[in-house]
Parts: sequence; structure tokens; C-alpha cells
Amino acid sequence: MMSKKNRQSARESGASRLLVAPMYLITLFFVLGPLIYMVVLSFQQRAEVWGVENRFTIGNYLRIFEPVYMNTFIQSLKLALLSTALIVLIGYPFGYFMAKLSTKWRSRAMFALIIPFWTSSLMRLYGWIIVFRANGVLDTILMRFGLTDAPLKLLYTYPAVVTGMIYVLLPFMIYAVYASVEKMDWSLIEAARDLGASPVRAFVTVCLPLTLPGLFSGVILTFIPSMGLYFIADILGGNKIVLIGNVIQEQLMKAHDWPFAAALAIVLMLLTSLLLFLYGKITKSDSLEGLI
Amino acid sequence: MKNRTVLPNIYLIVILCLFYLPIILVILYSFNVSRISSVWEGFTLDWYRELLRDRSMFEALRNSLILAALSSAAAGVVGTLGATGMARRRMRGGKAMEYLSTLPIMIPEIILGLVLLVFFSALGLPFGMVTLVIAHTIFCIPYVYLMVKARLAGLDKSYVEAARDLGASEMRAFYDITLPLTAPAIVSGVLLSFAMSFDDVIISVFVTGANTNTLPIKIYSQLKTGVTPKTNALCAVIFLVTVFLGGLSAWIARPRKKDINI
Repeated sequence: MMSKKNRQSARESGASRLLVAPMYLITLFFVLGPLIYMVVLSFQQRAEVWGVENRFTIGNYLRIFEPVYMNTFIQSLKLALLSTALIVLIGYPFGYFMAKLSTKWRSRAMFALIIPFWTSSLMRLYGWIIVFRANGVLDTILMRFGLTDAPLKLLYTYPAVVTGMIYVLLPFMIYAVYASVEKMDWSLIEAARDLGASPVRAFVTVCLPLTLPGLFSGVILTFIPSMGLYFIADILGGNKIVLIGNVIQEQLMKAHDWPFAAALAIVLMLLTSLLLFLYGKITKSDSLEGLI
Repeated sequence: MKNRTVLPNIYLIVILCLFYLPIILVILYSFNVSRISSVWEGFTLDWYRELLRDRSMFEALRNSLILAALSSAAAGVVGTLGATGMARRRMRGGKAMEYLSTLPIMIPEIILGLVLLVFFSALGLPFGMVTLVIAHTIFCIPYVYLMVKARLAGLDKSYVEAARDLGASEMRAFYDITLPLTAPAIVSGVLLSFAMSFDDVIISVFVTGANTNTLPIKIYSQLKTGVTPKTNALCAVIFLVTVFLGGLSAWIARPRKKDINI
């Protein structure tokens, strides 16, 4: 016969299952299901006119190695690396200084940061269009101060796209760095200083290693999305800068080659998972710092 | 010595100003008389009036509101129940399920959009409101789930145990103890979901039908084809809505002193 405690725990376990049931079902059907379907699709073939033919092929994956698509991957990686590097340079000091503010100002700074974060990214990019367009705000200011003679026409150029990337992704880096600097034990720095380390040396040998998980987490949180944010390249880059996200979108919505789009997405996802895996290995943790 | 505190603060302020610059410009130019937004020719509310007269705009607004309300409500129920169930006992495969159900906000949005597009099409679902609601619910659940989970982790389990020992049924303990204690996290998660859904463009573009527009989709197509100050006015309105909801969400979920005892 079951003891009272056992019976109660069995009943509780049943109730817990009931509670999680909707989430489990939705996740299995609408997250796992579509993912599996995408993998299957990536090995199928595009039909002559419309739709997909049910024949196994690895042609979609081989096609990625065609120079056109390889170049796009390389261009995406380059842009992602450049944006991420600049985001580290701008975001690390910001997160660091923010964590050193008094409690009151810290939460104010946090709030000031989160408002642009809630704002539609389209609207914020639109703001940059106003800044960058020919005879726009930037050109007007530069010409008024006599720094340039003619409009720079920065809209639809590489720097405009990089600015857009930095602008949209910077908050992720700031939060990640802030989270790890904030919980750092400052007495360790003081100890290093007392033992004769210069401020720079104390920072490099004590603070930097301790905040490395936050920095890594920020790098991943900015690097991963920067490969998929096709609409930034779309809006600020015109048709000149083509990223892997743009190719996926084009294959999906214009060329209607869904198997190929699926293969591209899977490669992108594998790259993403690889980064997350490396992050876990390097920092020995399973959650990203400063994510929510 | 003084330099050391002033320079970092200047840095913080400059970067924060750059964050707000584009937003302020968009709002500012929504009051501009000139159609070409770079030249300031005087203050007007005409663009807002024109916005009010635009029927397709109202339709898009209605769609956006219905979509955000339905998907954040669904995510609220499913995410809360899920987080509560997961917190109560270790389940086999629980970690994997947690990973899977939060995956929609971890992967690049374009992949989620693609995956759902091809899947819905394989199922033969009609593209439009139905597919939009499903897709938005999928990416709203993680927000509610993670927020409620964090709140539950900070709660003392003995409250529920005490209620159960005193004879409260499973349901009763949930309604009387767990739900009130996690309410701030639930509300805040739902509001955040609402804001995210109201603002989403990438996933919506993929899973919507030809005749169903949401506000962000409309803005996106205008940004690509040509903007008028009416677009600015629309952006300004959306900005106010999201900031209000986001602020409300943060205010409800703010850490309170009395939480320490609970």
C-alpha cells in the first residue's frame, strides 16, 4: 500500500503534467514539428514549376558552395565580425561605467536604455534614414560647419548598414557586460591595487577575466542576430549589400525555392549552435548572461 | 581625481543621446509641413489628421491590436501554466522541453519565420490572422515563461506546502497562493509579449496572407517604397503605445521591498 506522502506526490506529478501539457503540446507541434519539417525539406528538390518534389537530394547543400552564395556567407560573416567588434568597443565601456554608477542612477540609466529597445526597430532605422540621406540631417550639419562641401550621400552604403547593426544590437552587449560587471567582487580589484598593480594592470588581470563570460555572452547575442537581420541591409543598404538573411528571404518569397532556403537556414542555425556550444565550453555555463 | 568620474559620465550621456537621436528625429519630422522630411518648414498636425482619415491604416491597426491581444493572452495562459508545472517537479525531458520552448526567441527571427511559413504551407493553413496568431503565440510564450519562472524561483515553496497541509486542494492552492504571488510576473510577461507582438515585422511578413496587414508590415513596405511624414506620424503613435505598455510592464514587475519577506 502506498503511504500518504507517496500518493500525494503521485497526484502532484499528475497535476504538474496537466499544467505543462499545453506548453508541451504547442512546443512539440509548432516548434519541433516545423524544425523537423525544415530538415526534411532541405533534402528535397524544388519542383519544375511550383512546389517541392519528394525526391532525396543533397544538391541544396552543395549549391551553397557556389561562389555567389559562398561570397554572401563570407560578406555576412565579415559584416557580423566588424559590427560585433565595434559593438564590443562601444558597449563594454558603457556596461562597465554603468555598473559603477550609484544604485539610483543605475536604474535610471537602465530605464533610459530600455525605451529605445521597446521601440520598433523599423522606426529607429527610419530615424537613421533621416540622418543619412542626401541633404539629410548629417549632411546639413557637416556642410553648415564647412566640414564638407557636397552631400556625402551615406544612405545605401556600407557604413550606414554597419551603423544600423550597431544601433540595433548594442543594448544586448551592454546588458550582458553590465550584468557581469555588476556582480563582480570589487574587493578583488582593490586587493590588486593594494598589492601595487596599476589601474590598467588591475583591470586587465582581474576585471577583464572576471567579466569575460558577460563579454562572450554579449558577443553571441550580437553576432547571431547580425547574420539574420536582413531588413537592416534592406532598408539602410538598398540592394547593394546582400547578406545571408537577404538570400534566404529572396529564395523564400521571390524565387520560391524553399528547399534551398531551408538548407541555407540550417547552415545558419548550425553556425549559431556551434557558437552557443563554444560559449558553454569556454564559460562552463548553460545560460547566457544578461539575456532577460 | 574629478576627471575620473566626469569622463565616464560624459561617455554614458553621449551614447544615450545617440540612442534617442533617430527616435526624436522621426517624431520631430511628423510635425513638419514639408513633404520632403529634411527641410523644416513649420509645425503642423496635418499628417496626424491624414492618418486618421486613412481607412487601410485603421484596418492595419485593428489587425495589430487583435493579433497582439490574442497571442499575448494565449501566451500568458500557456506560459504561466508551463512555468508553474515545470517548477513543481523535475520531469523527464524537462530540460529539453524548456530549451525547445524558449528556442523561438533564441534563433534568428528569419529562421523562425521561414520554418513557420513552410510548415503552415505544408499543413495547408490559410495564411492570414490564423497563422499570425499561432506564430506570435509561439514567440510570446518564452517571454511569459521566463518571467514567471524567474519569479517562482524566488518564491518560498513552503507557502504552497502549508496550504496543502491545511487541507487546500491542488487547484485551491494554485488559485489562492501561487497565482496571486506570481501575478506581477504574469502581467509583466503578458505586457512585454503584447509589445513584442505589436512591434514584430520579420515573422509577420513571412506568415501573413496577401490581404492581412499589420502596422509594422505597412511601415516596412512604406520604408522600402517611399515615406511621407504620415509614416512619421504612424511611427510616433506606435512609439507611444509601446513605451506606455513597456513602462507599465516594468512598473508592475519592479522589485518591491516587501518581496523580501515572500
